[in-house]
Amino acid sequence: MDFLLGADSSAQKLAVMVVAILLFVVVMTALLLVSELPKMPRWLVIIAFLGPTVLLIIFGLVYPAISTILGSFKSGNQQEWVGIENYTAVFTNPELRTVLLNTALWVVLVPLLSTVFGLVYAVIVDRSPFEKQAKALVFLPMAISMVGAGIIWKFVYDYKPTERPQTGLMNQILVWLGFETQQFLLNWPSNTLFLIAVMVWIQSGFAMTILSAAIKAIPDDIIEAAKLDGASQMRMFASVTVPSIRPALVVVLTTISMTTLKVFDIVYSMTGGNFRTSIVANEFYIQSFRTGQRGIGATLAVLLFVIIVPLVVYNIRQMKLSEEQR
Amino acid sequence: MTTTNPNPPVPAAKPDAKPKKITKAEQRAIDAKNRLSSPWATAVAIIIAVLWTVPTFGLFVTSFRPAAEIRTSGWWTFFANPAITTENYVDVFTRGTNSFGSAFVNTVVITLPSVMIPITLALLAAYAFAWMEFPGRNALFVAVFALQIVPIQITLIPLLTQYNNWGITGSFWPVWLSHTIFALPLAIFMLHNFMMDIPRSLIEAARVDGAGHVKIFFQVLFPLLVPAIAAFGIYQFLWVWNDLLVGLVFGSSPDVSPLTVRLADLTGTRGSDWHILSAGAFIAMVVPVAVFLGLQRYFVRGMLGGAVKG
Repeated sequence: MDFLLGADSSAQKLAVMVVAILLFVVVMTALLLVSELPKMPRWLVIIAFLGPTVLLIIFGLVYPAISTILGSFKSGNQQEWVGIENYTAVFTNPELRTVLLNTALWVVLVPLLSTVFGLVYAVIVDRSPFEKQAKALVFLPMAISMVGAGIIWKFVYDYKPTERPQTGLMNQILVWLGFETQQFLLNWPSNTLFLIAVMVWIQSGFAMTILSAAIKAIPDDIIEAAKLDGASQMRMFASVTVPSIRPALVVVLTTISMTTLKVFDIVYSMTGGNFRTSIVANEFYIQSFRTGQRGIGATLAVLLFVIIVPLVVYNIRQMKLSEEQR
Repeated sequence: MTTTNPNPPVPAAKPDAKPKKITKAEQRAIDAKNRLSSPWATAVAIIIAVLWTVPTFGLFVTSFRPAAEIRTSGWWTFFANPAITTENYVDVFTRGTNSFGSAFVNTVVITLPSVMIPITLALLAAYAFAWMEFPGRNALFVAVFALQIVPIQITLIPLLTQYNNWGITGSFWPVWLSHTIFALPLAIFMLHNFMMDIPRSLIEAARVDGAGHVKIFFQVLFPLLVPAIAAFGIYQFLWVWNDLLVGLVFGSSPDVSPLTVRLADLTGTRGSDWHILSAGAFIAMVVPVAVFLGLQRYFVRGMLGGAVKG
C-alpha cells in the first residue's frame, strides 16, 4: 500500500485519488446506513450527519488557531516563552514596519480603486446592448489564479534598457512617449503601487458584479422622479444611484479589504517580498517557512486575524441592514 | 432571506414581472443607450475594457511566439511579423520530471476530492443544523459560522506539525484534508441558507410518512439542492485549482505540487524565460477560463457567496 503515500506516476496518482474518494464514500455510507437502522439511538443519526465535520473543524481550525496564538508568545524555534517580545518586534523592527505600512496601503487602496473602477464600469455598461460581454471581460481576471495574474503583469512591467527593443508593454509606452524605461518593481514605494494595481485588476470584476446587481435593483419610481425633476446624469449618479446602493458599496469595500489582507500570491510570485514589497500575509510565510522565525510568523498570523475580526463584524451588520432594507 | 439566493451581500436584481413595468424597463434601456452615446462614458468604458484585456492578450500571443523572438521584440510586433509555434507548450508540458504535464495531473488529483468531500460533509452538517433538533444546535451553528473568519495562515504550522507526526507529509492526503477543512465553514453556511428556503411542510410531510433523516436528505432535499451544490461546487473547484498557499505549504514535494506552485517556482528560477512562463501560465489558466465561460451563471453566484473565504 506504499503508493497511497508516495504515488509518483500519473496512473498511481489517479488511483490514489479514486481510493480516497471511495474510502470517503464507503465510510460515510456505512455511518449513515447504520444510523438509520431501527432501534438505533436518536443521537447516532446526529453524530453521523455532524460528527465528521465537527471533528475536522476542531482538529483543523480551532486547535491550530489556539496553538498559533500561544506560539506568538514563544521564541523563533517555539521552545521558550518570550512574552510580548514578538509583538514589540513587529511594531518596532524597521523592516517589519515597512511590511505594516505596505499592508495598510494595500488594504486602503485596493478596495477603493476596485470599487471606483467596478462602479463606473457597471454604471456605464448597465443595460447597454453588449452588457453581458462587456462585464465578462472585466470579470475574467477573477477566474484565473493570482499567480497567473502575477505573471501576466510581470510581463507588462518587463524591463529592458531604453535603447534596446522593449518586451514589456508599459516600458514600450514610455519609450513611445519619449521617456527612459523604468524598473517598475524595484523602487519602494512605487513598486508596491504597481503590485496593488494587479490586485485592483483582479478585484474590480467582483465589485462590478455586486454593484451592477444593486444598480438593477434600484426601484424605477425613484429614477422616474429624479428624471421628472430634471436631474442631469452626473446628478443622478451622485444623488440617486450612489445613495441607493450604499449598503452594497459598504459590503464590497469591506469584503475586498478582507480578501486583500489575506492575499499572498501576488507578492510571492512577482517580487517574492523583495525590494521592500512584503505585506503581512506574505511576510508570515517568509518568517514561518523560510527564515524559521516561527514566533514572528505566528504573531503576524494573529495580527491578520485581529485586523479581520472588526471588518467581519461590520460586514455582517451591513449585510443585515441591507437585508432589512429590501 | 426570501429568495433562493445564498448570498446575503448581494441585493439580487428584482425581475420586472409586472406588465406595467415593461415600458419603464424599455425606457431605461433607451436611457442607457443615451448614456452610452455620451462620448466620455463610451471612452471610459473602452479604456477600462482595454486595460482589463490587453495584459492577458499580450501574454497569450507571447506563448505562441518562438523563444528567440520573445527575447528580442515586443508581442505587439507579432502582427507585423507573425511567426507561430507551439513549441513552448510542448516544451513546458513534457520536459523533465517537473513538467507541467505531471503538475496538471497533480492539480486534477488534488482538486476533485477537495471539492467532493467538503461539499458532502457540509451538506450533511447543514441538514443537521437546519432540520434536526438537538441541544446546543444554535450555539454550534454560530460557532461554525464564526470560524469562517479564521485566516488559513493561522492554522498552517500546527497542521503541518500534525501531518508530520502522522507521517503523511509529501503525499496528497494533507492537501485534501486541509482543503476540506478550510472549505467547511463557508460551505455549511451557504448550503444552510439554501436549505432554510425549502418549505418546512415538505420535510414534515416526509416525516409523517415515516421517512428517516437519511431518506429525507437523499430523496427530498438533494434534488432541490442541485443548483446550490453546483454554485458552491464551481466556486470551490476554482478556489482549489487556483490556490497557491495550501499547495505550497502541504504539497511542496514535486510528486504532489500543483500547477500554481510549479508556476510560482518558475517565476523565481527562470523569471525572464517568457516563452516558458507564458505557456505555463496558460496551461494553468485554460481550465478555469473554460469553466468560467461555460458556467458563468453558477460561477458568479458561487464567487459572490464565497468572497469572504480564506
